[in-house]
Amino acid sequence: MKDKIDIGFETIHLGHGSGGELTRNLLDAIIFKTFSNPFLDQKHDGSIVDFKGKIAVSTDSFVITPIFFKGGNIGSLAVHGTVNDVAMCGAIPKYLSLAFIIEEGLKVIDFISIVNSIKKAADESGVLIITGDTKVVERGKGDKIFINTTGFGEMHPKANISVSNIYEEDIIIVNGFIAQHGMAIMSEREGLEFESNIDSDSTNLNFLVKDLLDEFGKDIKMFRDPTRGGLGTVLHEIANDISKGVYIKEEAIPIEKQVAAACEMLGLDPLYVANEGVFLTVVSKNVASDVLQLMQKHSKGKNAAIIGSITNNHPNKVVMESLIGGKRIVSPLVGEQLPRIC
Amino acid sequence: MKYLSEYRNLEETKKVLDEIHKITTREWNIMEICGGQTHGLVKNGILELLPEKIRMIHGPGCPVCVTPLNLIDKAIELLEKGVIVCSFGDMIRVPGSKKSLLEAKALGGDLRVLYSPLEAVTIAKENPTKEVVFFAVGFETTAPANALSVLHAEKEGVTNYSILASHVLVPPAMEAILDDKFCTIDAFLGAGHVCAIMGTEEYEPLVKKYKIPIVITGFEPLDLVQGIYMAVKQLEENRFELENQYARVVKKEGNIAAKNVIQKVFEIGTREWRGIGEIPNSGYVIKEAYKKFDAEIKFNISHIKVPENSACIAGEILRGIKKPHQCEQFGKTCNPSNPLGAPMVSSEGACAAYYHFSVT
Repeated sequence: MKDKIDIGFETIHLGHGSGGELTRNLLDAIIFKTFSNPFLDQKHDGSIVDFKGKIAVSTDSFVITPIFFKGGNIGSLAVHGTVNDVAMCGAIPKYLSLAFIIEEGLKVIDFISIVNSIKKAADESGVLIITGDTKVVERGKGDKIFINTTGFGEMHPKANISVSNIYEEDIIIVNGFIAQHGMAIMSEREGLEFESNIDSDSTNLNFLVKDLLDEFGKDIKMFRDPTRGGLGTVLHEIANDISKGVYIKEEAIPIEKQVAAACEMLGLDPLYVANEGVFLTVVSKNVASDVLQLMQKHSKGKNAAIIGSITNNHPNKVVMESLIGGKRIVSPLVGEQLPRIC
Repeated sequence: MKYLSEYRNLEETKKVLDEIHKITTREWNIMEICGGQTHGLVKNGILELLPEKIRMIHGPGCPVCVTPLNLIDKAIELLEKGVIVCSFGDMIRVPGSKKSLLEAKALGGDLRVLYSPLEAVTIAKENPTKEVVFFAVGFETTAPANALSVLHAEKEGVTNYSILASHVLVPPAMEAILDDKFCTIDAFLGAGHVCAIMGTEEYEPLVKKYKIPIVITGFEPLDLVQGIYMAVKQLEENRFELENQYARVVKKEGNIAAKNVIQKVFEIGTREWRGIGEIPNSGYVIKEAYKKFDAEIKFNISHIKVPENSACIAGEILRGIKKPHQCEQFGKTCNPSNPLGAPMVSSEGACAAYYHFSVT
């Protein structure tokens, strides 16, 4: 579907959310046409699907300014975010629901471009959009567009993801460069514009997760994707969940030079900057190097690295060894990370 | 990045740390003035790598921490009056007497977080029917940019722009600390970036008057350990001199263009320091010729005065009399989600640095 399509209107207004003729026009011309599949084509109130065994369900709402950014837009983000959350449970994502809350005044051309990104991201992730909803709110009562997606996935037969399986000396591995998404967004925010070529890392992680589970099964103890709050916050959550300590080395954390420089300039700690294509996994020590090798061969894990391990020292705390060999606590992020004065 | 990675070099830093261990024979209290240095010391775990005999005392050089409560209440008053208030990031979560700027924003205030005050002038141009105020806090480091915003607004004929200024100066604060009867400080690490603007000359009289070593120091791990080494060496050799570890950035005369801009807009006057009180000739006030850019006068808010929270010992922390974990409230009733005082809010604040990073 081309972005330049004549559907008889240029801007979305309240009438498009009324449930009447205009709503039908909007859905037919854009949604149903783009996402056509046997479930959606029934145009029913909901869809009925088959699953084998246990399923994993995850939901997420996406609100982001700006809605278009380097490396993606709110649409691709809404697919990747939920697909990844389902994958982190140790499941194979199959289906998504898709709900829009649109602020009147959104340009149709922007909406089409978001919908096309959703389609592309869903196809690439191997998931179908099987139900959805569209509401329009008055101008000033939203922020252009909000998207909610709920994902459904079949549990991988070999998955045994549980914090109770984590022991001392288990190894923590991340799949690639951190802090890309947050810095890409930051570089385009009003008042903070700075020139950079930093792309959001927004991508699907489900195929790499599946490969890892196929190969290593129960030796994979945990997957977690550090989105908001960044790697630091997630490590802290893990330490708390398992009542053990997490020990990491600053020099081992993969970060791209330009991103590190942007963080430095803005006075932000990359450990607390958001990611959308990063996950960390906790694995048994005996398979760690094999896991790392598999990840580094996969397109979504080329820059994977072992960043630390689980320890019985300092329970509930994350301790990081600094570049010069000192130690410091990595605490959870409180509120938004605020740029420093000087 | 040139001049950055070299100063994070593990081997070099270890060498200097070894030297510090070799030359230290007595107990020394060294105060790092600047919050950025406190942050660097704690974040890199340097404190635990120093000899036990070296005690670092964290100084008052956190701009957010020394901004008086009154000023925050004044900024909130402006927000509630419908003024667009622009601020540096870490100012917005500091609690005022009733709420923080961030909470005032949630209640409908138009608060913008900026990196440069010049952007606030642009916002004023884009919103000609609204008043725009920049919350101009900080030490000598941020004064040139804030002064420049006033000059820029004047040149462009922007009349709906003003600044809520609370600029403080480092040398008078050092003098106030040294005059305190509880003062135990043997040497200072001078604030590198402040000296990049102001130069080093104004520290000579302090060295002579108080017979105390001052080493102007940078912010990277190697900078910090070099600065500490130079201070300890002077103390062990019974010398007191002004030395410059941060010579790659700091010139004796400072940044003349920046100093000229400051002198055009500001003059030296009495300023209140949070936790320390009023210090004569310790800050910048807006000169008569630029009073129309003074938000306190423009909006008639100079009468707002509020008392500090009595449970917070920020004053003792900022003067180096107590360490953060010696405060009864530390980590209990006072933490980053619910800060009682400013040193727990700013990432440069000593309490926040201890809370976030300290292993002990």
